[in-house]
Amino acid sequence: MSILIDENTTFIVQGITGREAVNLTRECLDYGSKIVGGVTPGRKGREVHGVPVFDTVAQVVEHAGGQVPDGSVVTVPPAFTRDAVFEAIEAGIGLIVIVTERIPRRDVAQMVELAELRGARIIGPNCLGLIVPGVAKMGGIGGPARNAAQAYQPGAVGVMSRSGGMTTEISSTLTAAGLGVSTAISIGGDAIIGSAYAELMPLFEADAQTEAIVIYTEPGGRMEAQLAEWVADNDSRLPIVAFMAGRFMDDEAMKGMSFGHAGTIVEGKEDTATEKIARLEAAGIPVVERIDEIPDAVKAKLAERQAA
Amino acid sequence: MRLYEYESRKLVEDAGIPVTQYGFTQSAEEAARIAEDIGGPVVIKSQVLTGGRMKAGGVKFADSPTEAAEHAAAILALEINGHQPRGVLVDPKAEVKQEFYASVVWDGTAKRPMMLFSDMGGIDIEEVAETHPDHVGRGHFSNLLPLSDFQAKQTIAATGVTGRTLTRLTPIVAALARMFCERDMTLAEINPLAELADGSFVALDAHMEMEDEARPRQKSLLAKLDITEDDQRGGYEPSPFEAAVKAIDAADHRGVIQGRDTGFEGNLGLVIGAGGGSLTLTDAVRSHGGRPANYSEIGGNPSVAKACGLAKQVLGKKGVEKIAVMMSIVSNTRVDIVARGVIKACLELDKDPGETIAIFRIPGAWEEEGFKILDSYGIEYCDRSVSMHEAARRAVEKIQGAPA
Repeated sequence: MSILIDENTTFIVQGITGREAVNLTRECLDYGSKIVGGVTPGRKGREVHGVPVFDTVAQVVEHAGGQVPDGSVVTVPPAFTRDAVFEAIEAGIGLIVIVTERIPRRDVAQMVELAELRGARIIGPNCLGLIVPGVAKMGGIGGPARNAAQAYQPGAVGVMSRSGGMTTEISSTLTAAGLGVSTAISIGGDAIIGSAYAELMPLFEADAQTEAIVIYTEPGGRMEAQLAEWVADNDSRLPIVAFMAGRFMDDEAMKGMSFGHAGTIVEGKEDTATEKIARLEAAGIPVVERIDEIPDAVKAKLAERQAA
Repeated sequence: MRLYEYESRKLVEDAGIPVTQYGFTQSAEEAARIAEDIGGPVVIKSQVLTGGRMKAGGVKFADSPTEAAEHAAAILALEINGHQPRGVLVDPKAEVKQEFYASVVWDGTAKRPMMLFSDMGGIDIEEVAETHPDHVGRGHFSNLLPLSDFQAKQTIAATGVTGRTLTRLTPIVAALARMFCERDMTLAEINPLAELADGSFVALDAHMEMEDEARPRQKSLLAKLDITEDDQRGGYEPSPFEAAVKAIDAADHRGVIQGRDTGFEGNLGLVIGAGGGSLTLTDAVRSHGGRPANYSEIGGNPSVAKACGLAKQVLGKKGVEKIAVMMSIVSNTRVDIVARGVIKACLELDKDPGETIAIFRIPGAWEEEGFKILDSYGIEYCDRSVSMHEAARRAVEKIQGAPA
C-alpha cells in the first residue's frame, strides 16, 4: 500500500516540453509511472519520450476517451502556474504536484482555495513530488530511475520533507538501515503549501504499510506547531521522528534573514528552530540533531510502541 | 521587499485611505519649505528601512520651518542600525484623539490573508495580543471571491468598537485588505490609524512589504514609486562577497548558486548545497565546533565556470584556509562538473586542491566520474555511506585538528 499514488495512478505533465520537464518525464516513465499525456499550449501533435503533447488538458481527457487522469505534475514558469493549475482542477484532476518555485503567495493561496472548493489536493509548490518505492514516482524526486532505486527501497516509514533533496538523503539513510520507505513526499519549501504535515497525517494513518513517520523541518511558519497540535488531538498509531535543519538561523546575527527556502523566513516568536524543537518534543516527537541518528530513533520509537 | 514609509503612505493614499498632508524630501531646505506649507508644528521622520527610529533620535518635532530644517539636517546624517536614511518625511503634528491598529498579513496555516485590527494602536501588536487579546480582531478572507466590507466590519466589531467609529473605520480596513491582495503585499500595516481631534480618521504611519516574487508583475507600481530593478531592498546591504556571487550566478543560466557571508566570520569556506542540504551542513559544521566563513547553495546543475566562480569567491575571503565541498544526495547536479569547478578554482588561485579541499561529499549522479577526477588530485572524498555530519566532522578536524 501507499498514499496518494499507486501502480495504477495516471498523470499528465503540464509544461512537458520544458527542459526539466522532459527529464522528469523520462525519469518517471523509466521508474514505471503512467504518464498519459502532456500539455504545452501551441505544441499539440508533438511527443515527449512517446508521450503525446496537447494544447489543453481537456484535449488529453478527450484523447483518453473521457477518462480524467488522476494527477498532474505542473512545471511551467511562475507567471503561468496559477492558470495551469486552475485548468487541471477544473478538468477534474484530483492530485496536483506543483514543481515551480518563486510563485507569489497570492497565486498559491488562490490555487489552494480553488482546490479546496473542488476537492482536489495540491502538493508543493517548490517541491520535487512524491515516490512510492518500487511502484511509481510523480515528479523529479530521487532523480533518474536508477538513482531513485538506489536511495528508495520499499519499507515501513513515511517521509515528509520541506526540502526535496533532503527527502532523498533521509530516505537513503532509512533504506541503508533496512527500514525502507512506504511513501516519501517532498511537500515544498514555500511559506504557503498545498499540503502540510498535519494535512497528510490522516492518509499515512490509514495506510497499512506505514508504521512510522520521519519529517524534515526548518525554521519559519507554523507547520510544525500544527503537527504537534494534530498529534495531541488525534490518538495516532504512528510514531514520528523529526530532524530540524537551520538551527544556526536562531543566532542574533542571522535575524530577519531567510536561508535555503522562501518559507524559512521567521515572522513570529513561534517560528524559530528552538521554539519548534520544544513544541515538537512536548508533543512526544523526538527531534534528532543528525540525519544518521534517524534510523535508531525510529527503531526506538517502534520498540516503545510494541512494548506498550 | 520592504518599502519606506513615504512609499507606503503613497500606497495607502492610492487605496483611497486618508493620509495627512505630508511631504518627502532629501534636503533640509526643502524640509523647511514643506513645514512652511503645512503652516504649524510638524514632525520630521527619518525614512529608513529599520525599526527603532524613535529611540535612535530619528523622529523629531519642530515648531517652525527653521527648526524643521535643523532637525532634518541632523536626521539626514543620522545612521540607524547601520542603515542610512533615504530622506525625511515632514508631517503635520496631529492632534490625536485615539489610536487604532490595522494590518493585513498572510496566515500560512489557514492559507488565507488575514485582517488584524485593534483599538489599542500605536504600540506593538504582538504585545497587545498577549496582554489584551480581547482588543485584537482577526478576520480571514478569500482570495478568489471579492472582499465585501462586512468582513472588515466584523473584524473591527470583534474588539467592541461600535457607533460612528465603526462605520468610519470599516471602509478603511476593507480598502487596506484589497490593496494588500492587488499589490502583492506580504505585510500592509497602518499603525497608528488615528482619529484626530476634528473627528477625521487618517493613517499616521504605514509599513508595507511587497513579495519579491511579484516584482515582475508589479512593474508599473514600482515605476510609480521610483523603485528601480537593482534596488533590491534586502534587510541589509549585500557584502562584496554576496554581490560577486550574485553576479557570477546571473552571468550563466545553468544551475543556481547563492552565497552569504553576513553574520559569518569563520575560517572554513563552505561550498555546499542545495536548500535543505545547506542548512543541514551549516549546522553540522557548527555542531563539531567548526566556524563557517560563509553560507552557500548550489542547485540545479551548474556549469564548471559557475562552481569554479563560487569556490574562488569563498577561497578569496579573508581568513579562509580550506573549503568543504558537500551536498546531500543529488539527482540532477553532476558530481563530476562540481568537482572540476572547485579544482579549477584552487589551481587558478595557485593552491593545491588536495590541501585546500578539506572534504568532498557529493553523492549522486555521475559520482564515479567525479571520484576519478578527485583521486587524481589527492582530494579526500566520500560517498553516501558517510553521513553529512561525519563529512562535516572530517572537514572541521582538518582545519582545527582533532579535538583533544
